[in-house]
Amino acid sequence: MKKLFNSSIGRKIAMALSGVFLIVFLTQHFLINITSVFSESIFNMLSHFMGNNPLVQFILQPILIVGVIFHFVMGFVLDWQNRKARPVKYAVYKGSRNSMFVSRNMIISGIVILSFLALHFYDFWVPEMDYKYIQVLPEDPDRYYEELIHKFENPVRVGLYCLSFIFLSLHLIHGLSSSTQSLGTNNKYSSIINKISYAFGIGIPAGFCFIALFHFFMHFNT
Amino acid sequence: MKLYLKIWRQKNNKSKGSMIDYEIDNISPDMSFLEMMDVLNEKIIEENGDPVAFDHDCREGICGSCSMFINGEPHGPDKLITTCQLHMRKFKDGDTIYIEPFRAKAFPIIKDLVVDRSAFDRIQQSGGFISINTSGNTLDANTIPIEKENADKAFDAATCIGCGACVASCKNSSAMLFVSAKVSQFSLLPQGKVEATDRVLNMVNQMDEEGFGNCTNTGACHVECPKGISLDYIAKLNREYVKANIKK
Amino acid sequence: MKKITYSLNYRKPKEEYNDDDSLTVCVRYYHKFENGTQKVIKKSTGVKCKLKDWDSDWHKSDNRHPIKSSDPEFLEKNRLIRNKSIDLHSLIKDLKPLQSKSLLKSNIPNGPLDLKWGNHKNNVRLVSPANKRNIDVIVVGTGLAGGSASATLAEQGYNVKAFCFQDSSRRAHSIAAQGGINAAKNYQGDGDSVYRLFYDTIKGGDYRSREANVYRLAEVSSSIIDQCVAQGVPFAREYGGLLDNRSFGGVLVSRTFYAKGQTGQQLLLGAYSAMNRQVARGKIKMFTRHEMMDIVIVDGKARGIITRNLITGEIESHSAHAVVLASGGYGNLFYLSTNAMGSNVSAAWKVHKKGALFANPSFTQIHPTCIPVSGDYQSKLTLMSESLRNDGRIWVPKKIDDAIKIREGKLKPTDLSEDDRDYYLERRYPAFGNLVPRDVASRAAKERCDAGFGVNKTGEAVFLDFSSSIIRYGKEKALIKGLDTDDINLVRSLGEQVIKAKYGNLFQMYEKIVDENPYKTPMMIYPAVHYTMGGLWVDYNLMTTIPGCYAIGEANFSDHGANRLGASALMQGLADGYFVLPNTINDFLADDIKTGPISSDLPEFEDAKKLVEEKIDKIMANKGSKSVDYFHKKLGKIIWNNCGMSRNKKDLKKAIKDIQNLRKNFYKNIKVPGEKSSFNESLAKALRVADFMELGELFALDALNRNESCGGHFREEYQTKEGEALRNDDEFRFVSAWEHNPNIELSKLHKEQLQFENVELKSRSYK
Repeated sequence: MKKLFNSSIGRKIAMALSGVFLIVFLTQHFLINITSVFSESIFNMLSHFMGNNPLVQFILQPILIVGVIFHFVMGFVLDWQNRKARPVKYAVYKGSRNSMFVSRNMIISGIVILSFLALHFYDFWVPEMDYKYIQVLPEDPDRYYEELIHKFENPVRVGLYCLSFIFLSLHLIHGLSSSTQSLGTNNKYSSIINKISYAFGIGIPAGFCFIALFHFFMHFNT
Repeated sequence: MKLYLKIWRQKNNKSKGSMIDYEIDNISPDMSFLEMMDVLNEKIIEENGDPVAFDHDCREGICGSCSMFINGEPHGPDKLITTCQLHMRKFKDGDTIYIEPFRAKAFPIIKDLVVDRSAFDRIQQSGGFISINTSGNTLDANTIPIEKENADKAFDAATCIGCGACVASCKNSSAMLFVSAKVSQFSLLPQGKVEATDRVLNMVNQMDEEGFGNCTNTGACHVECPKGISLDYIAKLNREYVKANIKK
Repeated sequence: MKKITYSLNYRKPKEEYNDDDSLTVCVRYYHKFENGTQKVIKKSTGVKCKLKDWDSDWHKSDNRHPIKSSDPEFLEKNRLIRNKSIDLHSLIKDLKPLQSKSLLKSNIPNGPLDLKWGNHKNNVRLVSPANKRNIDVIVVGTGLAGGSASATLAEQGYNVKAFCFQDSSRRAHSIAAQGGINAAKNYQGDGDSVYRLFYDTIKGGDYRSREANVYRLAEVSSSIIDQCVAQGVPFAREYGGLLDNRSFGGVLVSRTFYAKGQTGQQLLLGAYSAMNRQVARGKIKMFTRHEMMDIVIVDGKARGIITRNLITGEIESHSAHAVVLASGGYGNLFYLSTNAMGSNVSAAWKVHKKGALFANPSFTQIHPTCIPVSGDYQSKLTLMSESLRNDGRIWVPKKIDDAIKIREGKLKPTDLSEDDRDYYLERRYPAFGNLVPRDVASRAAKERCDAGFGVNKTGEAVFLDFSSSIIRYGKEKALIKGLDTDDINLVRSLGEQVIKAKYGNLFQMYEKIVDENPYKTPMMIYPAVHYTMGGLWVDYNLMTTIPGCYAIGEANFSDHGANRLGASALMQGLADGYFVLPNTINDFLADDIKTGPISSDLPEFEDAKKLVEEKIDKIMANKGSKSVDYFHKKLGKIIWNNCGMSRNKKDLKKAIKDIQNLRKNFYKNIKVPGEKSSFNESLAKALRVADFMELGELFALDALNRNESCGGHFREEYQTKEGEALRNDDEFRFVSAWEHNPNIELSKLHKEQLQFENVELKSRSYK
């Protein structure tokens, strides 16, 4: 088994597994966030649960962080190795004739997403950690919604978020179908998997955009 | 037709190469691409130059020798063919054509457009066979019926000509399509199942040692494969590799 | 008075000498035997003479002095020569007509035909596994024959060194075989048997092959299929999971196993995988991109080869206890053929020059359905499977004006009415029609094109028309489906579907090359060189006349006589490599169990190496102006025009002269760019073409010598009133085996008489 994860196939399977894990997290994240559009109380309730349940906080959250770091580090390692596998580049390389732009540029969409994550952590996760564990302020189960809409007052931030979601979308369109291929799914399902990939890859980021814009305009109107 | 060629010239494995410009005239659209190269070489010889070295042999798309990267694609713009089957009618008068060798760390350049693809041989040697003696004292050929669907799939995998276009087209120089076709051909047949575990482990191991890149599922390989070998074999390889690791 | 002649002792072709080179003068006496053969008695005089001082017309002058006065010591030298001739005369004075002792011992075992091989296997000597470890075998070529032989010998325990000029052993030209492989399995229950396969092969070869060899081939054929299936060759299967068969030309049963249109590739990959297993075990040492330059003979036995590393240009010596040649055929003698660009005769030719006899060099198969030549730049011809003739009708225009208009593009073939078309095969051979054998179909196409009815730009093509079949199949389909059989568009499209299902990949290949849609307009085809039945003479054990040097596969002359049946080449290659050679070679190697390793530093190796290096230096140093391809194309033209599908005495004689002149021109005007010590394809090609130039002469000589028509060899002088081949079994029922002479025209003919004890000789008729 040790050999497995040192091999090229092992690494790509690890990449796929961590990717799928992140997709599951993303879905969950989206489902919670979307509640903010129609119900402040449900959103607060769910956020409170996620923020204070010890299982989530001390087991799932570290796993998630490890997963994110692993996925990124592995992505960089693979990309570095792949570049090394062709020391002299082609003068003309027409990748567009045989593959999708998104599939060839996962590292670019990945880096954009990474920068976004930094911003996102700075926006939500750092204050949250600060609130809970550094300043140890008293827990207020109704603060989450307010914090959320407060963040989306700034049009620049909303713009950045939306832009990042476009890259996330590009990453997901290839990432989802690619991970099933890496995990060895029979290609007789590939057309349906591709459709799901597109639907998910466009749907989820679009949903996130919608949430951001929704709160921005709600705030703008009031 | 008049054409402007930009061809990679490199004296040997140690020297540094570069793209050199050539002009060539009176090219008939009925010529094959390699015949155009022949005409160019005759012209270079006449002018006391060193002709462009390129691999070629059967010139009917089956031996897998020819290996040019033409205008950004292995085997040129046409699909499901090798360079020797590419014809000049696919180009227009006045076109500029870039001709490069297949590039990968695992395919070192020997001269000009000739590369060393012995990495493929070594992968095959590490396990691409069924260990039976060649004495002929085996079972009668018809004692093992094979489901037609599997027999056909094994055949499709076996059509690989080992040209290396998959590696050349892959942005990561990965050899997964080649290896997967070889592994699948045997593992789909009952005769080959016996050693399937060791075979997949050894061949993947050898592939990694040769310095090919990692597969990122862009799918370029199967689009450019002159024999149209399906990506499904890569998925199958992934499956088998994991299974084999669990077994061992 | 018995005549004695003077001559120079050439050690290589005349053309390779300069005027200032000195050669030893010999005296010769040609001793005639009662059976018409002759033996040369040759003595060296010890006198050396420069080429420019040699008077080749010495016998015309009165004093009969061979050395001209330009040599300062001409008087003394001439006296010495004269004395030697007197010595020789006294020696031969009492010589009686002796019984000729033939070089050709076929070593066919005794006993009934069907027991010969079994008995022989039981009687040949064996080598113990412990001793095999100490014995090396060189195999040159890694196609079906060489690949399978390497794998099997290595598996038995010998240390094999395998050589190929390609970058991988998998790329040998066996890979391009399309149709299939025959085997007498009788899976279809249509009455096939070993005897029938044997009989069909003998008859197909027009009774010019050895009964015992062919029977053995038929006998082992079914093991080939078992073997290949066991090693994972994906043959076509039926829905029940069992192997499928198809039918091929010239036979009445379905015995051909196939893997779509790539049978050769799949079989070769099978042999390649068996080789890989032995490479991994360290039993095969693989030398790719290595070309054999010469064979090395030590104490009368083949003990190694000299090779050139095609990447570095290095000349290397490799020693072994035996040398196996599996270097394929020499169809590229014609420049244009269906062979791969690199296919060449050099390995076999070098062995021939060192003493192995070359058998039936002129027996060549010209395949009728190939894509025609489209221009001077053409480098290679592509075969279209024989199976197309099942549904295609071959024709040319009836009127020569129409043919001219079609050539000029003023008329389309589809514009011509049925009455204006000449379906010449159906006209000449009503019984077999378009399905006459390959040689007959090829000659008929040439006859029409020579008469001016050719239909492409070069005038060398005929139509292969599927429209009748498309309509016929279409109507059938429409009837079955209950559709309107008078709707021509519907019928056409239904018919095209049927044709597509049968030949889709071939039609696509044609369209890629020619850029015309063969469903709409008839295909154009023309015959092309495809296979050579001739090759190194071997005995029943597949050994050449050099002890320890074996030839297998297309490189030997073996089993196909004067014409090969479809799907038999693959069978022969694998039979030789997997089953025949590994049994027979033991008998020779049994003597070598105590020999120990052969050193590659022996003087014989050094000498051979030196000669190779000299030859390369000479070619590289030549300040000519013409490229190799220029000469190769010229040679191909001479051979194709004079020794192609039909031959006659006058043309063959002309060809011999033309080739001699071309060869002189070659050594004078060849230009090879680049360096010898690097990757240099021009140099590799030049060395190959140099050998083709010599083979070409022997090829024409052989065709000239065989005063009969048989199989692929058609002499215009020997035909029936209807223009069919006329065999002469009384005088020419033999294998022509040629012994090398530096002056190729004087190569000596040995005849191996063929005995037919099990089949009756009949003439072939397709009317």
